[in-house]
Amino acid sequence: MALLTEAQARAIAEKVLKLSKAETCSLAVGSSEESNVRTARGAVSTAGTTRNTTLGVTVTFGKRSGTSSTNDFDDASLERCVRKAEELARLAPEDPEYMPPIGPQEYQRTPAWSDRTAAFSADDRARFAKDAVDACKAADCVGAGFYVQEQGSVAVANSNGLFGFHRQTRATFTITSRTRDELGSGFATQDAIDVAGLDAQAAARIASEKAKASREAKAIEPGKYTVVMEPAALVDLLQPMVGGMDARTADEGRSFLSKRGGGTRLGEKLVDERITIVSDPMDPVAAAGPWAGGGGGGGFFGGGGSDGRARGRTVFIENGVVKNLAYSRYWAQKQGVAGVPGPANMIFNGGTASLEDLIRGTQRGILVTRTWYIRPVDPRTLLYTGLTRDGTFYIEDGQIKHAVKNLRFNESPVIMLNNLDEMGKPVRVRNTETFLPAVVPPMRIRDFTFSSLSDAV
Amino acid sequence: MERRDFLMLTGAGAGLAAMPGVLPGSVVRGALTPIATADKKRLADTALEAARSAGATYADVRIGRYLNQFVVARDGKVQNVADTESMGAGVRVIAKGCWGFAATNDLTPDGIAAAAREAVAIAKANSIMGGEPVQLAPQKGFGEVSWKTPIEKSAFDVPIAEKVDLLKAASEAGLKAGANFMTAQIACVNEQKYFASTDGSYIDQDIHRLFPNFQVVVVDMMGGQFQQRAALSAPVGMGWEYVSGRPAGKVKLPTGLVYSKFYDMVEDARLAAEQAKEKVGAKSVVPGKYDLVLDPSHLWLTIHESVGHPTELDRILGYEANYAGTSFATLDKLQSRKFRYGSPIVNFVADKLQPGSLGAVGWDDEGVKTKQWDLVKDGTYVGVQAIRDQAHVIGLKESHGCCYAQSWQDVQFQRMPNVSLQAGKKPLSVEQMIAGVDKGIYIVGDGSFSIDQQRYNFQFGGKLFYEISKGKITGMLKDVAYQANTLEFWNACSAICDQRDYRLGGAFNDGKGQPGQSNAVSHGSATARFNGINVINTARKI
Repeated sequence: MALLTEAQARAIAEKVLKLSKAETCSLAVGSSEESNVRTARGAVSTAGTTRNTTLGVTVTFGKRSGTSSTNDFDDASLERCVRKAEELARLAPEDPEYMPPIGPQEYQRTPAWSDRTAAFSADDRARFAKDAVDACKAADCVGAGFYVQEQGSVAVANSNGLFGFHRQTRATFTITSRTRDELGSGFATQDAIDVAGLDAQAAARIASEKAKASREAKAIEPGKYTVVMEPAALVDLLQPMVGGMDARTADEGRSFLSKRGGGTRLGEKLVDERITIVSDPMDPVAAAGPWAGGGGGGGFFGGGGSDGRARGRTVFIENGVVKNLAYSRYWAQKQGVAGVPGPANMIFNGGTASLEDLIRGTQRGILVTRTWYIRPVDPRTLLYTGLTRDGTFYIEDGQIKHAVKNLRFNESPVIMLNNLDEMGKPVRVRNTETFLPAVVPPMRIRDFTFSSLSDAV
Repeated sequence: MERRDFLMLTGAGAGLAAMPGVLPGSVVRGALTPIATADKKRLADTALEAARSAGATYADVRIGRYLNQFVVARDGKVQNVADTESMGAGVRVIAKGCWGFAATNDLTPDGIAAAAREAVAIAKANSIMGGEPVQLAPQKGFGEVSWKTPIEKSAFDVPIAEKVDLLKAASEAGLKAGANFMTAQIACVNEQKYFASTDGSYIDQDIHRLFPNFQVVVVDMMGGQFQQRAALSAPVGMGWEYVSGRPAGKVKLPTGLVYSKFYDMVEDARLAAEQAKEKVGAKSVVPGKYDLVLDPSHLWLTIHESVGHPTELDRILGYEANYAGTSFATLDKLQSRKFRYGSPIVNFVADKLQPGSLGAVGWDDEGVKTKQWDLVKDGTYVGVQAIRDQAHVIGLKESHGCCYAQSWQDVQFQRMPNVSLQAGKKPLSVEQMIAGVDKGIYIVGDGSFSIDQQRYNFQFGGKLFYEISKGKITGMLKDVAYQANTLEFWNACSAICDQRDYRLGGAFNDGKGQPGQSNAVSHGSATARFNGINVINTARKI
């Protein structure tokens, strides 16, 4: 089944709203197609296409709500889905934090769709994968790569007159190239709305060069070092900070943004004054869904359902100062503020320097090209642990001197951004474990805390 | 969270979870009725025939209905009750020596046949790459067979009101005992999956899982700090009987209660609040070397990361190099039969059979009957986890039966079975173990976790930490995490309590693969001691 058009999605929405006998009804109907090809050991390991269409319905009676979803769209199934939500709502207790469905909104048409990505075929994907595998072979390395394209459309609607429609594409390629003796490993990643922004051979070459350069890594003593971090190494460490800029947890004293004795750090300088972080669904590089979802996050399809507030450009940090915290509709009402929803994407400002410029400006330090298995250690300070991988190098007098063994770090993004030395030119980069589009510069950071060595290659 | 899960949830309210929860006799009861087996067989045969006609030399099809139900409460108030239901078919084929996969929610004969043909077209497109053709370990067909998780009572048959009452009672207990905030939730999963292949198997399975959980937060506003303690429950392959709180499930430790087989959510919530309050005023750990005494509610996660993942054959061979990583436990080490993974008392067994475990099924997702096998025997590395297209690489004649896909729309691949540390052979209680420790830390419950991409260097936190001095527990600690190398750690294992203390923990959502998929897996152990492990202090100022 092809993706739902706006007219098709609207027709389903109207049918579902008509079926509902509850006091309010909110819904999201989405269709998606995801195609991928994965390679390892010089061959395709898996490849496939998945298509699905899903309806989620939330209905309420008074302050009681119930939710149900289905991916079956015949009339009987749609009715069953609505009835199930109604029955669950009748059984649910009253929610004191209940908010009625939002009224009609003006949603922007965000530039998140590419016809070229949507039309990229199985043969195109196979050729793309082969180009990468061949480039690794030519460099005498073995590449393990993953190309994925996602395209989807989603509509939100409710009994209060809301309707919105959004389409989005995304193409991502990641590749890890390893030397045949398994002593070197390198990584490259590309992420774009339009598949034309991806270059399989270039990514494979970069990953293979890193792999070969990372052989014969030397051990260094763990401790505090100046680091130059590529955007791919930074994004997973920075995203939790932006995602954690929530007003309620800060007000309640259980956030890194809570102050001793009560209150929050809103309006205070949190990080280096050169840092500005915004969310903007209209950003041409990282366009995202135009409305806020239930959880305040962005996500591939932009959220929907229970929130629905239109998203505009929001500044979360400006010149190092916390300018906004994200409010749920309930918390904004309770606190008597307008309140902005959570970020649709994460866009850092930056400078004009290249990664090479940052390396050249480093007297002694470590180049980190990828980070891995980042997990929270202490929510009070936003302390995270994780490791470097696939290319870690020692810099001396502005030159890469040699590869170093991988290292575990224990560090907080808040501390990192206070220890900022210099930023380069921002680029779009995909997070490892979330789907918030991100634009992040390479950075040089002082006093980054490495706590132990790893033998992993 | 996976992309498609997110899509599924876009229609839901805040905190929407999934599950089918419905009342016997209610109008929605029909939603839970499985598709008739005969209908599934007809659809499966249509897909297999379409694949064969298009040129597939092998094909399998999984027709699945995946039900989830979530009930979520915040500070004692239920915020939403949500059911999700997803149904469709995934067809996997080999054509021209390559794998191809396609999935659709169009469960008409035409729809499933189109998916089969698309899977063949994808496989053929990929054959331009060349490389070694796929080799499948032989697998006999089982004909028409079925399996169901052994449960006393399906969580989906339990009225919503009963779930709501349980969450409210637990929340009230936690808040009354001093928690400032408390979230609680119940997650129920039912996978109704039908597998058929050109080998001649038609396997109908009904899989149930349950995970009750909560998070207690105690805030010290004037001190500018807060502490958390999550539930000491485990996700289980059981029905509603798990939350019955039966006395047989209560295990008395030197520091308080933990649970096994049956869980008392209300009691644990009260204990959690008391313990989180105690943690606010606890001593911050002095970093250094300690002997660690690790409870099974904690140790399962260390086993998962440092033994479960490194012994996955797809990682060892490089199939996961781009994401999850490779493994230090290479084939040469395995084939030497001399590689010391741990001390001689360390034995790890893989299985897909343990009753109550998350991994237990009758057949895996490529039609292989499940079983148990050794990974580490008397400290020596002896086994890995292999599926049909990998078995030949290590000279196996059959798969281990550990292939899994998280839903109909994802391709099946090698996933971790239950991996468990066998209990000690000599009688030893937890009290006796602690009595023998001069300077140590006793850790209960899992916490922060991180390990490198080849599974050498790891760091783990926990829920509760107690200082052991001269054989006695002297008080609670906080800001504790330990770092070690997998091999040094398991070779430092100096004692394991006996079978009386054996308990299961587990992961409800273990991620792996590209696109990422979730797997549920249990890990059993008894309390174990590890000598001279490096402990760090995680406190910082921002």
